Amino acid sequence: MVPAQHIAPGDALLKVENVSLRFGGVKAITDVSFDIKKGEIRAIIGPNGAGKTSMLNVINGFYHPQEGLITYKGATRAKMKPYVAASQGIARTFQNVALFKGMSTLDNIMVGRTLKMKSSFFWQVFRHGPAMQEEIVHRRMVEEIIDFLEIEHIRKVPVGKLPYGLQKRVELGRALAMEPELLLLDEPMAGMNLEEKEDMCRFILDVKEQYGTTIALIEHDMGVVMDLSDRVVVLEYGRKIADGTPDEVKADQAVIDAYLGVAH
Amino acid sequence: MFYREAGQYKKTYSADMAVFPLLQDRVGIAVILLVAAVIIPFFGSNFFISTVMIPFLVFALAAMGLNIVTGYTGLISLGTGAFMGVGAYACYKLTTYFPGVPIIIWIIASGFFSAAVGAIFGLPSLRIKGFYLAVATLAAQFFLEWCFVRIPWLFNYNASGAIEVPTRWIFGIPITGPNATPMTRYYVILGIVVLMTWVASNILHGRIGRSFMAVRDMDIAAELMGIRLLRTKLLAFALSSFYCGVAGATMMFLWYGGGEASDAFNINQSFIILFMVIIGGLGSLIGCFFGAALLHVIPIILKFGLPAIGVPLAGATAEHLNHLLVGGLIIFFLIVEPHGLARLWQITKQKLRTWPFPY
Repeated sequence: MVPAQHIAPGDALLKVENVSLRFGGVKAITDVSFDIKKGEIRAIIGPNGAGKTSMLNVINGFYHPQEGLITYKGATRAKMKPYVAASQGIARTFQNVALFKGMSTLDNIMVGRTLKMKSSFFWQVFRHGPAMQEEIVHRRMVEEIIDFLEIEHIRKVPVGKLPYGLQKRVELGRALAMEPELLLLDEPMAGMNLEEKEDMCRFILDVKEQYGTTIALIEHDMGVVMDLSDRVVVLEYGRKIADGTPDEVKADQAVIDAYLGVAH
Repeated sequence: MFYREAGQYKKTYSADMAVFPLLQDRVGIAVILLVAAVIIPFFGSNFFISTVMIPFLVFALAAMGLNIVTGYTGLISLGTGAFMGVGAYACYKLTTYFPGVPIIIWIIASGFFSAAVGAIFGLPSLRIKGFYLAVATLAAQFFLEWCFVRIPWLFNYNASGAIEVPTRWIFGIPITGPNATPMTRYYVILGIVVLMTWVASNILHGRIGRSFMAVRDMDIAAELMGIRLLRTKLLAFALSSFYCGVAGATMMFLWYGGGEASDAFNINQSFIILFMVIIGGLGSLIGCFFGAALLHVIPIILKFGLPAIGVPLAGATAEHLNHLLVGGLIIFFLIVEPHGLARLWQITKQKLRTWPFPY
């Protein structure tokens, strides 16, 4: 494995080449190639069942594609492993909120720090010395994220009791706690009302500004996609049909056909 | 009113992350420890100590072990009895080969043998979940029980086929065997349980505990956050079996004083401890004590308490009534609060906080 290189802004942080993913006879993704440049917001759009979520699952190693190569931070692999993806800075949120329901907001976000915590089992047993110092250091980082997302008031509430919009926000916080270089957001605005969507857009833009995080975004709200993203890739039935700036994609005939249908 | 936290400001993160952040809780735990360490041994009769308190503490320890794997990590295990047995037999073999070493060290050390066995039988947990995993751990129960009966080396080729607990002294005081007083045994068990509860609380409040709960609540998300599932699940099984093993060793050496594995470590034991965990509260340490109290102490109160207040009961009738009442109580508590007695305790605390106002 080639050691991870430093990637300058504007260079490709992640490159997906000719990736195909099949489940038995079902072709989820067919020969898709695109790249995500460091520091950009890259939207992945397409009608239902186009393979967008499968694509994210391939990127963070949950699915292993049968064909194709993934280059992340200069290292090329046939497949990612979830642990490697996480430890090299790929974080994600889920389409259906996948929080740890029995735990408080604070603990959920603290789980995001797990990979950064190094204290040994010995000190964990005593919850003292290095283990406690580490807890405090990471608690401080988590509190910063809580401040950033304006969720101070629900710090100690079990997330299962929170309304949907806040759950989405906690999930974003949990992903941010990993200090990701590449943040994969799977429909962060699904099911939200206008105010919640505007809040979420603000947070996404702030994440990009403040932390310099590269973001890959799946979203169905075209207004949001066109406003937020720097470049858009469009999938349909597992194939890439367009790739470019929002304006280019908007004018693309294949995209219009995919979304509006074609007269036969 | 009675449980006000107003005015208790936490100025540091460490104060906020303390296990007992509230003054009332700290006072409460101090009172409980005082009662357990001073009042019960000096004012309780030998009967009370050896029939109520010692088994209660042993069961609480075993329930804690099962709660780590089932309540915190979400993996159902039906092998608790067998893992306790591994602890008991490991302790027996260790003290046979090294009689000079203080028995308390061997009781704790026997947990490591149990942990190793538990980790091996935890391997299927990577692939299977829920009821299927429960069935896989049932294999551990039957296999290990078979070993306890069929491998005579384990019970030192005794004619009785059972563990015969030898007398072991520490500083001239008999700790185990027929000469050990209930008070000595009680203090040893109390020490072990307090220490191990403290350790469990430390581990479960930290990174390891959070990764256990993450695996329980949403294993896919946990995996994608860099928690390695196999490692975490095996750690949970090992830690859980460690506690069960120590509980088994204390059970055999400090409570039963010897006995056959088929009685002490059979499938019934596994189920009883599972019920303790479910009724006490999954994912709660205090729930382990509640569960052990409900399932062990209440039957004793029914058995000996009713004749004491003048209700004459024949032995067999008491036994039947006992089953009836305990069964009824279990159903009652599960209907009132399906999340166990620990949740009921939480609700009580909340009510005390706001009393006399409804909210």
